[in-house]
Amino acid sequence: MAKKRKNKRRDFLQLSTVTLGAVGTAAFIWPFLKSMSPAEDTLAAGSTEVDISAIEEGQSITIKWRGKPVFIKKRTKDEIDAAKMVQASDLRDPQDDADRVQKEEWLVLVGVCTHLGCVPLGQKVSDMKGEYDGWYCPCHGSHYDTSGRIRKGPAPKNLDVPPYTFLNDNTIKIG
Amino acid sequence: MDKNRKVHQFKNPVLNWIEFRLPIISYFKKEYGDYPMPKNCNYFWSFGALATITLVTMIVSGIFLAMNYTPHTDMAFDSVERIMRDVNYGWLMRYIHSNGAAFFFIIVYIHIVRAMYFGSYKYPRELNWILGVFIFLLMMATSFLGYTLPWGQMSYWGATVITNLFSAIPFIGEGLKTWLLGDYNVGNATLNRFFALHYVLPFVIFGVVGLHVAAVHVHGSNNPDGIDIKTNNDSVNFFPYMLIKDTVAMCAFGVAISAVIFFGPNLMAEVDNYIPADPLVTPAHIVPNWYLAPFYAILRAVPDKLGGVLLMFGAIVILFVLPWLDRSKVRSCNYRPIYKWFMMGFFVNFFALGYVGMLPAEGLYLLIARVGLLYYFGFFFIITPFVGWIEKPSKLPLSISDVYAKNIAPNIGGGEKGIPSPAMQKDTNL
Repeated sequence: MAKKRKNKRRDFLQLSTVTLGAVGTAAFIWPFLKSMSPAEDTLAAGSTEVDISAIEEGQSITIKWRGKPVFIKKRTKDEIDAAKMVQASDLRDPQDDADRVQKEEWLVLVGVCTHLGCVPLGQKVSDMKGEYDGWYCPCHGSHYDTSGRIRKGPAPKNLDVPPYTFLNDNTIKIG
Repeated sequence: MDKNRKVHQFKNPVLNWIEFRLPIISYFKKEYGDYPMPKNCNYFWSFGALATITLVTMIVSGIFLAMNYTPHTDMAFDSVERIMRDVNYGWLMRYIHSNGAAFFFIIVYIHIVRAMYFGSYKYPRELNWILGVFIFLLMMATSFLGYTLPWGQMSYWGATVITNLFSAIPFIGEGLKTWLLGDYNVGNATLNRFFALHYVLPFVIFGVVGLHVAAVHVHGSNNPDGIDIKTNNDSVNFFPYMLIKDTVAMCAFGVAISAVIFFGPNLMAEVDNYIPADPLVTPAHIVPNWYLAPFYAILRAVPDKLGGVLLMFGAIVILFVLPWLDRSKVRSCNYRPIYKWFMMGFFVNFFALGYVGMLPAEGLYLLIARVGLLYYFGFFFIITPFVGWIEKPSKLPLSISDVYAKNIAPNIGGGEKGIPSPAMQKDTNL
């Protein structure tokens, strides 16, 4: 009986020592792991204001926001109609065109393919625009439509829409 | 402390002084002097030594490059150009390092082919094989990190594509990617940590290589006939025989790598990497280093992001369990009339995957990649277990010496009937 009690005591000591050691080690490792996350100054990377008065209909510009390319496109009537005609339920990442724009003619997208992060082609007149006349990613062949939605290829999601506001008719603030 | 410990005695008193305090002399004598190598080992068995030498060369040239390299997005590209133009012999260091990486993979691939064809991964060397696959994984990680450092277009976009692989993991993927990059896209934080890790991983590799060598020395090296050493007649000492043989191999290797370093240093380089990194423009098609291309082909062959990533990593992880997928007790493919051809098919297939991995993923190339993908996994999951079960291996020689007896007198019925050869009889007399 006495022996059994002694063993229990030993088990308790062993278990609590191991637990304390594990918690201590985890607490020690945490700052190291956390130091690899984006630093405060990286997180604080601010917003960008863009003058869009010079963009013609059908034209698209690329600006840099938080190190990523952002596409700002003034869509033509045909492109808007093409984007609206699509049934959202037929898409891989279902989303209506109306949910992706604030003003119909202005499409603002993060120009980073949702597959493996390449910049899709389609900004220049001479670029390949893919089968849906929007953007085409040359890396692994993803096709995006005139609303920046994924239509064909390996990418799982539509091109992201960054947070933005119209400060006035000629200026967009991104971020 | 064991007072009765037997201390080796050498003629040199200095060696005896050291040996008494640290038995390192007898260790080297045992592991690299008297270590018995099967006497039928061919030049395929020199590639382990070549790989070790290359690793040391990479570490040395890398340390000297690091003395002149600046891991900052604004300066990295220029500091590499400065190494090429202004630093004394900087061009040589860099070309040794960049081509050395490619040759390191050539050597290691041959080393792996050797291990697979002659069944070196089988009992009792499974752990040795696992350590080897682990080294291969570390090498791929290290070369990827190193490829980012010159901060050219391929560096930047290669890093972007590979780190985005992690974003395919459900739920935690995006967070994990951001954590790995230290930013929302590949940036200065990424370059800095990649440099730190690229510097330290080779030393980790060096440590695992130590274990890998120690493990093979426990049961001794395999050989082209895949049979164990039975008597002293079957083996030669590492020193001087294998050392000399490895030295010959090393000379040939030195000629080959020098030819590339001095006459075609950019043969295996991508032109786009001489354009500074531009986060706004993706190159027309992103090409991995050729030695990673087979796995890249597998990634692109799958029309689903997560599926492609899983199969790509799976293609490497599957290697770990090869010793248990192969049910045959016969090691060498020389004695496996059916599996031999599937094995050669596997090598050809791997080469074809690498070839299409360098080309755009469309049309015929995509089809080849998909067929290659099926064969790759079919080889491991279906062919390897199944053939081991149905195949009737040819008769193994009775001993390593027996192989030579047959070669000298091939008409004495050969090993097919297992007639004891003169060499065998001599063995039994010993």
